[in-house]
Amino acid sequence: MRLRPGLVTDYRADAGIFKSVTQRIWFGLLLAAAVFLGAGGAIGPIRISSDIMVLLAYAMFASIGALGLNIVTGMAGQVSLGHAFFLGLGAYTAAILGGVEQTRQAMDPVTGQQVTEVVLRGYGLDMIIWLPLAGIIAALAGLIVAPVATRLRGLYLAFVTLGLVFLGEHIFREARTLTGGAGNGRPTAEYRLFGFRFDQDGEVFGIWMSKQQKLFFLGLILLLVMGLAAKNLFRSRVGRALAAIRDRDIAAEMMGIPLGRYKLIAFTISSFYAGIAGALFWAVVGRLTAEGFNFLLSIKYIAMILIGGVATVSGSIMGAFFITFLPKVVEGLAGLPGLSHIISKDPAGMINTFQFEQILFGLFIVGFLILEPMGLYGIWIRVRNYWKGWPFSY
Amino acid sequence: MSFLQALINGIALAAVYSLLGMGFVIIYKSMQVLSFAQPALMLFGGWWVVYFATLVHLNFYVAVLIAIAIAVISGLFIERVFLRPMVGKPVFAVAIMTIGLDLAIRIIAGNFYDVSPRSTGDPWGLSTFNVGRLIIGHRRVAAIVVSVVVLLALLAFFRFSRMGLAMRAAAFDQEVALIQGVSVAAVFAISWALASVLATLASLFINPDLGSLGPASYTLALKALPVVVIGGLDSIGGTLVAALMVGIAEALTGTYQMHLTPYIGQNFSQVVPYLVMFVVLLVRPYGLFGTREVERV
Repeated sequence: MRLRPGLVTDYRADAGIFKSVTQRIWFGLLLAAAVFLGAGGAIGPIRISSDIMVLLAYAMFASIGALGLNIVTGMAGQVSLGHAFFLGLGAYTAAILGGVEQTRQAMDPVTGQQVTEVVLRGYGLDMIIWLPLAGIIAALAGLIVAPVATRLRGLYLAFVTLGLVFLGEHIFREARTLTGGAGNGRPTAEYRLFGFRFDQDGEVFGIWMSKQQKLFFLGLILLLVMGLAAKNLFRSRVGRALAAIRDRDIAAEMMGIPLGRYKLIAFTISSFYAGIAGALFWAVVGRLTAEGFNFLLSIKYIAMILIGGVATVSGSIMGAFFITFLPKVVEGLAGLPGLSHIISKDPAGMINTFQFEQILFGLFIVGFLILEPMGLYGIWIRVRNYWKGWPFSY
Repeated sequence: MSFLQALINGIALAAVYSLLGMGFVIIYKSMQVLSFAQPALMLFGGWWVVYFATLVHLNFYVAVLIAIAIAVISGLFIERVFLRPMVGKPVFAVAIMTIGLDLAIRIIAGNFYDVSPRSTGDPWGLSTFNVGRLIIGHRRVAAIVVSVVVLLALLAFFRFSRMGLAMRAAAFDQEVALIQGVSVAAVFAISWALASVLATLASLFINPDLGSLGPASYTLALKALPVVVIGGLDSIGGTLVAALMVGIAEALTGTYQMHLTPYIGQNFSQVVPYLVMFVVLLVRPYGLFGTREVERV
């Protein structure tokens, strides 16, 4: 029974990144498979087409954002409905630093001369600058918000962070020279790292790669780094303190954990993740509109961690993949003969795919909360335990 | 003059907020659930008014009565099917569930509307009357009258009726109320029905100038949330005070902000409720009149 999941025989294994050798091997295999498939290889009939490849990249960027939300909401138990604000902050920071400046000729009303007026600010900087700064600016915003959060608990905190989304939407709409204003939006940052273009096809180390593949590998590497960092955070002193605060804040305080400082840490790190995720995700989308960073986006991220599994790294990733691929599944459903006249791809239809997707969101949130609070992670654990004990499972 | 005008508009706005806010508070007091579904219920109830008044061509007041009846039924249905299984689950889980519910209802209700906003077919239309140089819309007066009457009726219901007493008892302590023979299940059901009716009434006034409704009216209704938080989630009086505060603050900002501080952009008044909420919560973490949670280890 040495390989029973959940059975940990020594402290080192309990605190380790991988609990057992099996886990380590599986992780390695999964990673190898991802690299192999990403490079264009085929395992039997499984082969990734380029539209799936770009969805996978989206899912990995979303996973980083979900990890961020899981740090503050899953780990520290501080419910944040304001994730959309931090995502937006990251996305706009990246777009301003990495985007292209747009100007127009205008007449100066005083002198009557032709002057160039900046319509949209953009500095066209390299990714090595805009990516970290997107995270840092969002983290600073988190740092500013955190003191409010330390005073509030539970539902009241949820509201304040919800208010943040509306304030953010207002700023994103009105700061025209930075964000392009309501409705129009602005182009995003360019995917360019030391002259290496992620948004164009080209050769990498002698292998020809499409831009989707490049983005896939970028996502994979960043997710690996950020995921391991989050895992390390969870098992460190900070992570234990956060878990203690989540489980019972008064008890944690009595054990000598300064609530204010740790909530501050949680908010700051979470916003950093959100900023990075926002910058990466929308740089692939290519266009930023203020309307995109609404309450619904926050809900989407809440849904990711609820569906995936609260306070687990693998859960955040599973949830993000689930939510990212949901539209694809709905699209497939809409094509089925029985359902095609109920769910139509036409926006004027009875229920269009987008609306059906939102209803599914709602139902999935409700369903997982009632039936499986541990999310996909919990389902996975149960399936695993069933087969571990087979044929004597009960 | 524009100050007095803004004040009156603000009070009319406060009337709408207090109708919506009361729904939140009633549900919160009876089952400690914060219902995010209130704006969706408003759209849903409002649609039935639109349907019976403008498509079936019934008398407007008859249409409102039918819509209220439907609102009662849908409130009861939602409570029984979605909320009852969640009794005893963590507060936040239930709140998130109502968000899911809100999404689903809003899509269904929003589907009834066209892209263009619909008129509710009310008799007030665009008509106004003048007091000195003040221009007062009939709909604004109606909003104030209806909400005052409804709120007084509600307070009387809580104060004097048997069921009202039961609801207060259940809000105070569910288990003790249960032992005394109060049907807590009935309390839950009635509070959802009441909230649903209040939301339907609010839908008539949510757009005070035109009286029209559309899927976008949802964001207007959502502003009742900061109102409730400012007042304190479990305080009826607090909600009324906060509604006045926010309504007037919003109307004043709408009137003056574009002249005084044009650089913070148009429609700034729409985020004023959230700003007020920030400030109030920083000073008083449980709202103005909310009960402080007693912490036991």
